[in-house]
Amino acid sequence: MSGVLVVAEARRGELREVSFELLGAAATLSGPVRVLLVGDAPADALNVPGVEEVLTVASPREHFEPHLQAEAVKQAIARLQPAVVLAPHSLDGLSYAAAVAAELDLGFASDVIAIEDGPAVTRGAYAHRLVARLEFPGKATTVLTVRPGAYEAVAPGGGSARVTPADFAPDESLAAVEHLGYVEPEIAGEDITAANLVLALGRGVPDADTFAELEGVAEAINATVAASRPLVDAGFVSATRQVGQSGRTVKPKVYLALGISGAVQHLAGVRAGTVIAVNTDPAAPIFQAADYGAVADLREVARELPQHFR
Amino acid sequence: MKVLVTVKQVATLDDRLDVERAEWDLNSWDAHAAEAALELGDEVVAVTVGGEQAREALLTVLAMGADRAVHITHDGPLDPLATARLLAPVVQREAPDLVLCGAHSADALNGATGVALAALAGLPRMAAVKAIEVADGAATVVREVEGGLVERLRVKLPALFTVQANINEPRYATLRGIRKAASKPLEVIAAEDIRPGAHVVATTVPPKGEGAEMLTGSAGEVAARIATIIKSKVAG
Repeated sequence: MSGVLVVAEARRGELREVSFELLGAAATLSGPVRVLLVGDAPADALNVPGVEEVLTVASPREHFEPHLQAEAVKQAIARLQPAVVLAPHSLDGLSYAAAVAAELDLGFASDVIAIEDGPAVTRGAYAHRLVARLEFPGKATTVLTVRPGAYEAVAPGGGSARVTPADFAPDESLAAVEHLGYVEPEIAGEDITAANLVLALGRGVPDADTFAELEGVAEAINATVAASRPLVDAGFVSATRQVGQSGRTVKPKVYLALGISGAVQHLAGVRAGTVIAVNTDPAAPIFQAADYGAVADLREVARELPQHFR
Repeated sequence: MKVLVTVKQVATLDDRLDVERAEWDLNSWDAHAAEAALELGDEVVAVTVGGEQAREALLTVLAMGADRAVHITHDGPLDPLATARLLAPVVQREAPDLVLCGAHSADALNGATGVALAALAGLPRMAAVKAIEVADGAATVVREVEGGLVERLRVKLPALFTVQANINEPRYATLRGIRKAASKPLEVIAAEDIRPGAHVVATTVPPKGEGAEMLTGSAGEVAARIATIIKSKVAG
């Protein structure tokens, strides 16, 4: 058992960024790196320096199917005998990685943020108030799901690996989930992913009136309004403005987070140059992720902002 | 339809970050799973794994309206695979039409136990769904994937789904429900030895100092600093 198996992720024929982050993580570990890609996507992009082999597996289904994905990963593990399997801690990853580890009695940890040889991993504990270090004694192979954004993505292509169709494939009879269709997000109004300055509002916004007032502040400071999930669920704002794992990923120069606690699922969608956080709770995790923070009432601070932008 | 819901009593730390002095509550995602189970099922069985305090999670779900509960007693830490191995025999014995789990537990945030349980119990599964409709022996579910994209899927029952918090608004237990809960069947099973999928070798307070530079002063002073930072970082 040696080396790393990276399970790439694709959706609708395109590789997702997290695949290249997993390659970045794999490069920090010992042993050969091999990549598994299930389904139809540009496999050559996964051939980055340091990768020994890219195995492509034809899927009998056009879209992600968790049982076929799990079976392909199990077959790849049997063939390649890796010490570590890296899969994304993504919404697809949630549906198959733990199943593979459970069925094969492997080591397993999810949402890991750092990996060392051994392996030994770091992940959050107690709602990320603490961090835990995990080891996997007696496990020849360990499956790890890696938090998106925890590792830098490597540039696609440029490697000297073999890119080969695998001589195994999951049998279609294992498929148990039938894809009925995608519903596209409605991109109405401003596109939050294109904004330079995002005013992100969270659970700390108590009511719709306050939300409307803060929209006025956003307009005055030329910011685009985004929100964390609780405000979308409360109906204050449309899902197209939701930042986070199941929302959108924003890449503004400045992300001004008001009343956002900083749950991992939210921070997964924040790739900002500078994060400024205002929250009444001094222990809010957002202050660990932010560059600047203030423990203050978000309304009192927000009301004082527009005068500086006239 | 018989629905089995897995629940967990989760620990919340206050600013002392002392695990011994944690507050324990029903995992909020599991409350959503229980609500979905009560809406969909005409027989609802709640199952938990844990020490004495985990019984409270079952009593909460019984008070919400579940018919009976199973407490697999186990003291000490559990990883998701170990928990799934303890739950699987109960799921197989109960043979429900549908198994629902919270997508995550609020303390460990593994997002893994339900899917591992499905694999061990031989059930089809899909993680993190936000809507479930059942008709003609199959479930039509909706899940959100990255980027706001929504996928609709169909899965024949029996199956297991883990549910997101936006699937519903959990009901509160009524006083009558709480009184009735105490007399509902609550089976206790002692956990067998289990094989963990990981060992926690250390749990530590994350290093400080990498956090934010704190802006202090009045709201007006904080706003002025924020405005200066914004202007310096956002050209034009």
